[in-house]
Amino acid sequence: MTKIIEVEHLVKRFGDLVAVDDISLDVEEAEIFGFLGPNGAGKTTTINILCTLMKPTSGIARLNGFDVVRQQTEVRQSLGLVFQDQALDVRLTALQNLNFHAFVYNVPGSLRKKRMEEVLRMVELWDRRKDEVRNYSGGMRRRLEIARGLLHYPKVLFLDEPTLGLDPQTRYRIWEYIIKLRKQENITVFLTTHYMDEATVADRIAIIDYGKIIALDTPDALKSMVGGDIVTLKSANTEAAVAEIRDKYNIEAQHDGHEVNFEIQNGEEFIPTLVNNFRSGLQSISVRRPTLDDVFMKLTGREIREEAGGFEVMKKQWSMRQTRGGGGRFR
Amino acid sequence: MNNLRGIYIIWYRDLLRFWRDKARLITTFVMPFLFLVVFGTGIASSMMRGTGDSGFDYIQFMYPGIIGMVVLFTSMMTGVSLVWDREFGFLKEVLIAPISRTAVAIGKALGGATIATIQGLIMLVFIPFAHVSPSIGGIITLIAVMFVVALSLTSMGILIASRIKTIEAFGMVAPLMLFPLFFLSPAMFPTQYLPAWLGITVKFNPVSYGIDAMRQAVLGSQQSAMFGIHLFGFRMPIILDVVVVILFGLIMGTLAIRSFRVQE
Repeated sequence: MTKIIEVEHLVKRFGDLVAVDDISLDVEEAEIFGFLGPNGAGKTTTINILCTLMKPTSGIARLNGFDVVRQQTEVRQSLGLVFQDQALDVRLTALQNLNFHAFVYNVPGSLRKKRMEEVLRMVELWDRRKDEVRNYSGGMRRRLEIARGLLHYPKVLFLDEPTLGLDPQTRYRIWEYIIKLRKQENITVFLTTHYMDEATVADRIAIIDYGKIIALDTPDALKSMVGGDIVTLKSANTEAAVAEIRDKYNIEAQHDGHEVNFEIQNGEEFIPTLVNNFRSGLQSISVRRPTLDDVFMKLTGREIREEAGGFEVMKKQWSMRQTRGGGGRFR
Repeated sequence: MNNLRGIYIIWYRDLLRFWRDKARLITTFVMPFLFLVVFGTGIASSMMRGTGDSGFDYIQFMYPGIIGMVVLFTSMMTGVSLVWDREFGFLKEVLIAPISRTAVAIGKALGGATIATIQGLIMLVFIPFAHVSPSIGGIITLIAVMFVVALSLTSMGILIASRIKTIEAFGMVAPLMLFPLFFLSPAMFPTQYLPAWLGITVKFNPVSYGIDAMRQAVLGSQQSAMFGIHLFGFRMPIILDVVVVILFGLIMGTLAIRSFRVQE
């Protein structure tokens, strides 16, 4: 196996803030590597360093064997990047956007047309190739960006929150493309997300929090860090319920004021016993397999979504769009 | 090689956008038309002395100044387009590409300068309105001067745009730069009657020399002698005017490239 990304003791400071705090990791060729953490954890900063958009404060990072500080041009030629925020020229057509990219990345003239058709067909935008991108929906734009990122056959494709703000159907299709790609092109995919369900697509996941990697393993191994299934219940008296579970079963349950959570092996078999003997006014109960959310909770004591909040992100994007629209009169 | 290709494609994209934006082509005509035909006629009819005994009427005098105005304002649009690219994200695609920042800045400056020159060329359709009759040589000189002026000013636009991050801020700063450059130049009035303090300010404005060169190209150097800029008792010939503009452009270009390179 070839190491396509090597990171050693990477640090990035902004004044007093340590955005990336001594990160080390390796990514193998053709691996899908997930970078998971709440907003502001240092995911995008790390990607920016790996993509030469920022210089690290200290530490070494190599991509495709090239140093990201000293061999910027070679690194850039080796990677494709789909940004968190859109980076298309919306006044041009899809073909014109791709043509710009092909030119900048030195795709030979004889291959340019063939490649553009190939990537556009893959993301099912070939029929719309001559439309101005401003007439595209959010999902179509993201697909076009993925197509563009692949146009020069990069060794590594970086996807920074590739499905942020997209509807579930579009998200699902984008993941289909990414998995298909890895099979077809032997491409390495490095992705960041705060959607836990998405991260399970990855071969390995690094969980990052406050700039540090707090866990790095396969999704299954990470999930097995949580001791069994997750039982969630609601009771008339939360405090009493926690005390009762502790006294009867010697399990330390956690609660957030209205829900009680605890872990147990073979949750389905445990529930009947619990329900039959419960005295603290049981209102509802459920059991489920552990998710990466639970892993994050287990490792940090916090829920990843507290900071990630889908609604808050949507609101932010919406207000950003408003300001952009407001600038239109200066055109 | 990489960088030459980069310069070319960035230049090409700006022209492509310009070409697709038909509204911008049409609006190009409106402002100069208002200035030449309405403003020019108004001024000419109310202030007879304006151009003295030069043999030119006010509209003839003003016409090269209007060309200068178009080049000046269009050049600044390059800065707007850069801020625009940043706000809409496309700048990232450019900055992550395997071409140097210097090539990006040069491509952008050349693109903006080409567009400004084209816009200036379009102004030649007003020749019949202005009752001027430049020679072929004069028009060729004019085109060269327009391009040099435009390149200097787009460099300045890029310098400002590399410091200013939002369209709103640029929209406020740009007029603060543009209007002094425009009004403190011989574009709209002959400078020989100006009070001393104003006359000196005009001489410190690099745009003055660009407009003086354009006027000499359109009206003829001898014929427009009395409107010329005098430095140390000598009247600036067209070639020295151009040298001043080039020097200004080199300073702006260097600062722009340096400023553009450091941003993350």
